[in-house]
Amino acid sequence: MAPHDLRRPFKRPAISDQQRRRELSLQRQSQNRRDAQQQARCLASSVLSLQSQYPDPVPELEIEPESQPQQEAGPLTKDLDIRQASKLRGPEVRKWFASQLMLPEWMIDVPDRLSHDWYVFARPAGKRCMVVSSNGTTVSRERNGSILHHFPSALPSGARTKDPSGSAQSYCILDCIFHELDQTYYVIDMVCWRGYSLYDCTAEFRFFWLNSKLAETGACDAPSHYHKFRFSTVPVYDCDQRGLYSAYIESVPYAKDGLLFYNKHAHYQTGNTPLALVWKDEKCSQYVIDTDSKGQVLSQQQIIGAKPELRQLVVLELQEDGKLSTSDDPPVIFGCLDGEFIQKSGLQSGSLLKFAIGNGGLSFVDGKLEKSDLNYLGKSNRARMFADSYSKTDFGFMSPAEMLRESICPCELYVSICLDKVIFQYMVRHTPLKFDDLLASVSPSDDEENKPCDVEMVD
Amino acid sequence: MEITQFLLAAQSADANIRNEAEANLRQLQQQNLPGFLLSLSVELVNNEKPTESRRLAGIMLKNSLDAKDATTKEDLAKQWLAIDISYKSQVKDLLLRTLASPVPEARHTSAQVIAKIASIEIPQKQWPDLIRSLLNNMTQQDSLAALKQATLETLGYVCEEISHQDLVQDEVNAVLTAVVQGMNLAEHSAEVRLAATRALYNALDFALTNFQNEMERNYIMKVVCETAKSKEVEIRQAAFECLVSIASTYYEVLEPYMQTLFELTSNAVKGDEEAVALQAVEFWSSICDEEIELQEFENPETGDSDSPNYHFIEKARSSLVPMLLETLLKQEEDQDQDDSIWNISMAGGTCLGLVARTVGDEVVPLVMPFVEANIVKSDWRCREAATYAFGSVLEGPTIDKLAPLVHAGFDFLLNAMRDENNHVKDTTAWTLSRIFELLHCPATGFSVISPENLQRILTVLLESIKDAPNVAEKVCGAIYYLAQGYEDAGPSSSLLSPYLTSIIAELLRAADRTDVGGSKLRSAAYETLNEVVRCSNITETSQIIAELLPAIMGRLGQTLELQIVSSDDREKQGDLQASLCGVLQVIIQKFSSTDATKSFILQTADQIMVLFLRVFACRSSTVHEEAMLAIGALAYATGPEFAKYMPEFYQYLQMGLQNSEEYQVCAITVGVVGDVCRALDDKVLPFCDGIMSLLLNALSNSQLNRSVKPPILSCFGDIALAIGVHFEKYVPHALQMMQEAAKACAQLDMEDEELIDYGNQLRSSIFEAYSGILQGFKSARAEVMMPYAQHLLQFIELIFKDNHRDENVTKAAVAVMGDLADALGPNTKLLFKDSSFCNDFMSECLRSDDEQLKETAGWTQGMINRVLVS
Repeated sequence: MAPHDLRRPFKRPAISDQQRRRELSLQRQSQNRRDAQQQARCLASSVLSLQSQYPDPVPELEIEPESQPQQEAGPLTKDLDIRQASKLRGPEVRKWFASQLMLPEWMIDVPDRLSHDWYVFARPAGKRCMVVSSNGTTVSRERNGSILHHFPSALPSGARTKDPSGSAQSYCILDCIFHELDQTYYVIDMVCWRGYSLYDCTAEFRFFWLNSKLAETGACDAPSHYHKFRFSTVPVYDCDQRGLYSAYIESVPYAKDGLLFYNKHAHYQTGNTPLALVWKDEKCSQYVIDTDSKGQVLSQQQIIGAKPELRQLVVLELQEDGKLSTSDDPPVIFGCLDGEFIQKSGLQSGSLLKFAIGNGGLSFVDGKLEKSDLNYLGKSNRARMFADSYSKTDFGFMSPAEMLRESICPCELYVSICLDKVIFQYMVRHTPLKFDDLLASVSPSDDEENKPCDVEMVD
Repeated sequence: MEITQFLLAAQSADANIRNEAEANLRQLQQQNLPGFLLSLSVELVNNEKPTESRRLAGIMLKNSLDAKDATTKEDLAKQWLAIDISYKSQVKDLLLRTLASPVPEARHTSAQVIAKIASIEIPQKQWPDLIRSLLNNMTQQDSLAALKQATLETLGYVCEEISHQDLVQDEVNAVLTAVVQGMNLAEHSAEVRLAATRALYNALDFALTNFQNEMERNYIMKVVCETAKSKEVEIRQAAFECLVSIASTYYEVLEPYMQTLFELTSNAVKGDEEAVALQAVEFWSSICDEEIELQEFENPETGDSDSPNYHFIEKARSSLVPMLLETLLKQEEDQDQDDSIWNISMAGGTCLGLVARTVGDEVVPLVMPFVEANIVKSDWRCREAATYAFGSVLEGPTIDKLAPLVHAGFDFLLNAMRDENNHVKDTTAWTLSRIFELLHCPATGFSVISPENLQRILTVLLESIKDAPNVAEKVCGAIYYLAQGYEDAGPSSSLLSPYLTSIIAELLRAADRTDVGGSKLRSAAYETLNEVVRCSNITETSQIIAELLPAIMGRLGQTLELQIVSSDDREKQGDLQASLCGVLQVIIQKFSSTDATKSFILQTADQIMVLFLRVFACRSSTVHEEAMLAIGALAYATGPEFAKYMPEFYQYLQMGLQNSEEYQVCAITVGVVGDVCRALDDKVLPFCDGIMSLLLNALSNSQLNRSVKPPILSCFGDIALAIGVHFEKYVPHALQMMQEAAKACAQLDMEDEELIDYGNQLRSSIFEAYSGILQGFKSARAEVMMPYAQHLLQFIELIFKDNHRDENVTKAAVAVMGDLADALGPNTKLLFKDSSFCNDFMSECLRSDDEQLKETAGWTQGMINRVLVS
């Protein structure tokens, strides 16, 4: 027995922090492991820390010199992961958020098994935005990444209250449409809830989770001091005849802007996806056809000899070889400019150019664009665009009318440069897909066909 | 006989002769182990043989039966049991005969070897005669004192080796009776009584049943107390050692004896030889330990606990404290110069500190008059004792009680740093460090340091760090705790920032001192530097630390140029490199904690890495642990950039993973593999074949310390998460290991707290491995894991029903269930449907107070529901 071996450290604590360094290393490593696994499970919470600490320097866009090469504006690709995104600052944050929403394609034809595999709901008119609650505050960001509201909410970690459940991990991300009239956020999808990612969950599960979780937080209650805006879910129907009819006809507390169709099995995929579709007609949307600032329809009929801004417009990117492409991936080539013209106009590759679809229109063979008749209108007005907050292919329509419209339905604005929007707008002007066609496609007789389900899950 | 020659030659000064003899002995052992062991015992018993050959024979016998390493020990036991019984009984017989040898060393060795055989055979009921033969030695009238002494020694060792449950109670009683009778003054010589007292010390645990019987207990206690007054100092010391052991083993039955014990111990402290007095103080320290532990487990509301607290210290405090204070005045000259000194004043001060922790505020009025009376005296012993007393009672009493005293004494203490006496300064610096450690915590709103007195404090400390090395080392301690107080202290942490440059400069100067002799000043200075960096307010001090970085790198570079002649040089170089790598690790970690400062590391990463690689290259076969730790931090800081260092670094990673002897190094390297995986993601792929095979080897290596095994399993998860589908080829091996580990969990002895902890670590790690693999496969090839799903769920169910599982296990288990459902989706529908325990487990977790667990459970629930409705 050697008691003094035990006792000695009293007067002479050897300040050995080697063990401490080991332990701190182990702590760091197991924390990193937890984070990595957690991140595999869900979004890293760190991304959320960037929302409040860097208040948006309101439009710094104008000061961006136009000559700055666009490439510099973004090492940002759609592959950028959350970990990297969490390191972004200021304008880059906006850029990142701008690419995080799932964007429906325009419904050009009716998908198979619509009544089995799809949901339908009436899309609220308003600003599409991503609402993030964390660390005691809530921020909504518009489609382009800029902040719409910064407010306290009853969402988990959405306000600085003594809510015991509000741990740092407990952030939420909701896909919403802000409806000006009743100042309500209509939640159309749930991306993250209490720190857990629903990205890889089916729409079926996400909607189930949304409907069971949102109300219990009190987020659907009337506004109060710690809850500035009301949140609300929207009625979602199975896309059978009854559901489709309900979504189309039944009154809702909000102004409708078309119908949204979500494939039940689809995961939340950022960017455009054919597993979410939007459809409109005059009855369920006031915005069915692109209008100008006075609400005048830009129609084919008026194109002949009409003022340029009344024609269907399309913004295309000039490629190095003179080709004009959309922002689709892979890009769809709409046409080609000859080298001489490019030189004369002083255009550079990567420039965004505005065109009107001419009398020749668009013609398709086997669903592929074969020919388009484009009239060059000029360069897009970059000073009025979020030049530094979009990667170069992400520019939208740039007619003045569109700029006004942007604040009303930014979603369509964004989609507009994609092929399906161009085609939808073209079809609306020529052979619109009517509600009756939709109804017919989900008629019971169609149900009996029992087409095999071959919807591939999207990752 | 030739074996004698071999045994003698094996101790020859000539290495050639020695090696040859060792080889011969090894050959004999390998050729015929039973015959070899028999001839060793023949050698040991033979009084005609030289002592040297008998000694080595005894050692070799012992080493054939016992080893430090648990696995080897088990193998040796099996080997012994397998030997033919006729050989074994001959060996045992010879050993028992050796106990009567006139040569003390032969008796002693034989006693040890007998105990080793007993530890193997008695639990197996294979040596039923042993106790009887030994007791026979004691009762034979004609037994020599030497035989009795050796027999008692043997009995003590045997009791130490086996459990009292291995014998029937009658045998236990007979053994204890023989031992206690051996202590009888009237019947036995001093030699026998000393052996008996020491045997009792070894047999105390063995006497559990007897201590529960009041009559037997009274008898044993009476004999021990009488023996504590023997006239032979060695016997008194042995008796007091028994009392110390009784204090902790049988605290709950001590009350009737306390009056006697107090008188006995206080006489010893006041007047006995130091060896005895030290044990007497230790008796009270042990009582404090017991009562401190009882207080920790007491129900704070009712004051109840399972075992009663007799508050002996509280009751004895008014006599005990003055007795201890007296010891403080018995310092030795130069006691602070030598780290190995332990004397009565140190023991007394230590015990006083424990008394303060036991009784709290009540100690203060008993100590302060002594402090006040002595602190101003001209004799340095008085001033040092007063300061030591004050420093000793700083832990235990409330802040309210201490704060006014510390405030009042602060100036005095700071002035005492200029005392003429080295001991006084040493103890004063120690007292300051205790004050900063215990009464300086701005994060919770209390500190004896104010912005006003901070400057004076630092002026004094930075002046005194230039004092004698022992004083300087204590000053480092004071700076260490001063800095630590400002960690995470919000705005208060800025208070130290203006002084940081000079603190760092003085610490570096202290580390460079060449007059330090045997003191640990250098490592104390570097480690204090670490704490200062770690706790500094990064936004205000990043520039200062950025300047420190090249200075430390420069020093590390210089160690590579050192002339290495002897192994001593090599060791010194290694120690210095350890300190410097430690500082670099802390700086790297500090800078990686914020984005603004990370660039400092990224800019310098190349040079830092080159240095680490050169440090590694200083050694041929082992890797430098501290450099490895620092590289982990560097990989974390640099992220994917670390890939460029991998080709060069990989060899050291391999070396570290193969170092099963220095298991800490192996464990740290495993951790670094995890860091590298997270940094490189799939870029780690080219190295994974090698890493995985080393990890699998390490897991199946029974020699490797078990604590490394859970981290290895977790590391599988790290690798899988990094390389995703590429992990597929490792699945069969890794999963086999994980399933075996799961099986091993079930076989652990759940009575042993250490093993319970280990089992829980193992479980968490198995789950972490599954989580990493499942998540890694999620996007593609998840079906690879389908064959293992059922086993995993069954394992989780087993764990769910195990009441030893701790919170980490629960969290990891719930998470892995979600991962299973998430990754394998509808394929697991039936499995989850059949696993009815899931619901119970989920509801247990959802009811938890732990938010993190609740959230994880909520997510898992969602994942499972999704599968169930699919």
